[in-house]
Amino acid sequence: MIRIERRLEQPRRLVVVVPVVSIVVAFLIATIVLLATSHPPLHTFRRLFDAAFLANGALTETVVSATPLAFTGLAAAVAFRMNLFNIGGEGQLYAGAITGAAMGLLLAGAPSPVVIGLMMVAGAAGGALLAAIPGVLRAFFSTNEIITSLMLNYVLALVIDYLIFDSHSYLRETKGFEASVFPQGKKLPPEATWSSWTIHGLALPLGFLVAIGLAAAVWGLYARTRFGFEVQVIGDSVRAGRYAGMRTRRKILAVMCLSGAIAGLGGASQDGDFRHQLDPRGLTQANYGYTGIVVAALARYNPFAVVLVAFMLGGLQNAGYTLQGADFPAGLVGVLQGLILFSVLGGEVLIRYRIRFDRRPAKAEAAAPEPAS
Amino acid sequence: MLQTRAIEKRVAELSRRFGLAVDPRARIWQLSLGEQQRVEILKALYQDARILILDEPTAVLTPHEADALFETVRAMAADGRTVIFISHKLHEVKAVADRVTVLRRGRSIATVPVAEATLRSLAALMVGREVEIGRRADGLRAAGEAVLELEAVSANGDRGALALRDVSLCVGGGEIVAIAGVAGNGQRELAETIAGMRPLAAGAVRVRRRRLRGGDPREAIASGVAYVPEDRLGTGVAPGLSVASNVVLKSYRQPPASRGPILRLRRIRELAQHLMQHYDVRASSPQVPAWQLSGGNLQKVVLAREFSGEPAVLVAASPTRGLDVAGIETVHAFLRDAATRGIGVLLISEDLDEILALADRIAVMYEGSVVGERDAGSATVEELGLMMAGGEREQQ
Repeated sequence: MIRIERRLEQPRRLVVVVPVVSIVVAFLIATIVLLATSHPPLHTFRRLFDAAFLANGALTETVVSATPLAFTGLAAAVAFRMNLFNIGGEGQLYAGAITGAAMGLLLAGAPSPVVIGLMMVAGAAGGALLAAIPGVLRAFFSTNEIITSLMLNYVLALVIDYLIFDSHSYLRETKGFEASVFPQGKKLPPEATWSSWTIHGLALPLGFLVAIGLAAAVWGLYARTRFGFEVQVIGDSVRAGRYAGMRTRRKILAVMCLSGAIAGLGGASQDGDFRHQLDPRGLTQANYGYTGIVVAALARYNPFAVVLVAFMLGGLQNAGYTLQGADFPAGLVGVLQGLILFSVLGGEVLIRYRIRFDRRPAKAEAAAPEPAS
Repeated sequence: MLQTRAIEKRVAELSRRFGLAVDPRARIWQLSLGEQQRVEILKALYQDARILILDEPTAVLTPHEADALFETVRAMAADGRTVIFISHKLHEVKAVADRVTVLRRGRSIATVPVAEATLRSLAALMVGREVEIGRRADGLRAAGEAVLELEAVSANGDRGALALRDVSLCVGGGEIVAIAGVAGNGQRELAETIAGMRPLAAGAVRVRRRRLRGGDPREAIASGVAYVPEDRLGTGVAPGLSVASNVVLKSYRQPPASRGPILRLRRIRELAQHLMQHYDVRASSPQVPAWQLSGGNLQKVVLAREFSGEPAVLVAASPTRGLDVAGIETVHAFLRDAATRGIGVLLISEDLDEILALADRIAVMYEGSVVGERDAGSATVEELGLMMAGGEREQQ
C-alpha cells in the first residue's frame, strides 16, 4: 500500500535537493522526447543553456524576459501568502502600463528623474486601483477573488486594445504614415526612458533593480513587521485573526492593493524600460501575469526566490525564442519548457509530503479468514 | 428511466399519510429548515425504512413544527416502524417515547418505560448521583467587585435567528461562575458575544463598569476580556504558525513584542521560551508549528497567553474538551489560580462534575436563556439536570 503523509518537518536539504533532482528528471524525460523526434539531445541542451545564459548578450536578454516576471511573481506571492488568490496580475499589469504611459506622455519636458519617479507612482496606483475592486468585493462581500480578479483581466485586455485600436485616445499615435497603416501607441518622450546600467556587457534595466529592491522590501514587510504578522495569522486562519482583534477586512484590501501595485509597477517598467509606448499586442501576448503565478508557486512565495525563479524562467523563455526554427518546431520548445515546469512543481509535493510504501504481509495474512480444516 | 410522476405520486401519498406536508416539486433551497427535515424523513420512508434514527431532530424546529414532528413519529410507530429518538430535552422524551434509555459518558445507565418515569427521576439518571460525594475540596470564594455584567443581552446565531435571549449575568472579581447546559443552547454565542466576536442584538455588556460597543474583539481585549475559545485549533491559535507567534497573537501590537511597526523577533522568542517554561508547555522549540502540539499543550499555550494579558475577566468555553486527565487537571489548576488572582472567571461547560468542582455560582442555559442560577453550595445535581433538560423553566 502506498501512503502519502504530511511531513512533520521539512528538512532543509530537501528544499534544495528536490528541485535539483526534479530538473534532472525533467531532462531525462526530455531526452526521450528528443530522441523520439530525432533531435540530438545533448546538442539541444547545450543550445538551450547557450541561448539562456552563456552566449554573447544572452544574459541581457534573459534579464529583459525576467523583469516583468519578477514583478508579477512578487505580486502573486504577496497575495498568496495570505491565502488571497489574486489571479489578476495580468490585468493589473496592463492597468499600470496604461497609467504609466499616460504619465510619461503627460510630463514630456520635465526632468527625467521626476518623469521616471511619477511613472512608477502612476503605474503602482493604476494596478492598486484595479486590484482594489476584487479586494473590496472579497473583504466586504465575501466574493471569490479568484473569479473577480480573473475576469478583470479580460476587461483590461479590452480596455488596452480599445485605447490604441478603436479610439483616438491620448495614448495613441495619430500622426505619420506608419501610424495610419497600423495603429500604435504614442512614442514616450526620451525623458521617460528608464535608465539602465551596463556591467561587463550585461545591461541591467532600472525595472529589474527595482524588482530586486521590492523583493527585499516585501521580505522585510512580511517577516519583520506587525503588518506582516497580521498577514501571516489571517492567511493561516481568518478566525484566529479576528479572535486576536485584527482588522481582517482592511488587511485583505491592503494586501490586494499591494499586490496590484507591484503588478502595476511591472506594467510601468514595460513602458519605461523596454517598449517606450503603450503596446497592447506585445503585452497581451506575453502572459506575464499568468506566468507570474507559476513563478510565485515555484518560489514557494519567498520574495527572493521569486527573483531567482523569474531569472531561470526568463532564461527558459529566452532560449525558447532562439531554439525554435525550421528544424525545431515551436511546439517542441513548449514541450521542453512544460516538462521542466511540471517536474519542478510536481517535486514540490515531496518537500511537503512523504510517500511511504507499506507492505504488511504479516497483518494481511492474520486478517485473512482461517482456511477451514 | 426515472419515473418522475410515479415518484411524485408516492411522495405525495406518504406525506399525506404521515402528516409531512411538503410540495414534491419544490426545490430544497426554497424550503424552511423544518420542511427540509421533513424531506429527510420522507426520504427514509420512501426507501421503506423499518428503523428510523432521529438525532436531536427538534434542534432546528419551531415549537409548532416540533409538535407536528411528534405526531409524525407516533404515526410511524403505529405503522409498525421502530423509531429511535435521540434528545436531551425531557419533555420531548415524555411527549413522544414509549421507552427511554439514558446514556451517560457512552454507557447505557438505565432503560425504563416512559409512563413510569418522571422528569425528576430521568434528570437524576442523566446527571448521576455519584458527583454529589466530596465535590469541593476548597470552600466557596468570596466575590469581589463585579468585573463582568450582562444586561438582557440578546444575539443572533449563525443562521440568523436569536440564539441568545435576554441573558443577564454578573461575574465578580475572584469568583468562578459556571454556565451549565447541554451544548447548543446558546453557550457558544454567549462566549462569542462577550469576546466581541459576535455583535449584540440587544442589551449591554460591561467590563469593569465600562460598557462595550460589542462586536469588536479588539475592544474586548483592550478592556480586559480574555477568552479561551471552544475551537482551540483555528480560533484560539493559528495552527500553521509557530508557538512563539501564537504566544504573542494578541500582544504583538505593544512592547515588548514590537516597537512601532517593527516586530522584535528575539524578544518574542524569549517571551515564548519564558512562558513555555513557566507553564510547562512540552514542545521542542518555540518555532514548532502549533498544530504539532497535543491538545493539552496547546491549551496551555492559549491559557498562558490569555493570562499574560492580565485580564479582568476570563471566559473559558469547554476548556477541557478532548484533553486527557493530566491536561484537565492542569486547566482546572489554571482556572482556580486565575480566581485566586482576582480574575472573574466565566466557565462554560457541559460537564457537571467539572462545574461542581470549580464553580462558586452556577447558571443554567436552555434554548438561549438563563433558566436558573444557584449558589454552588445549595445546588443539587437533580435540580441542575432538570433545568438543563428544560424540565423546569423558572422565572428569573
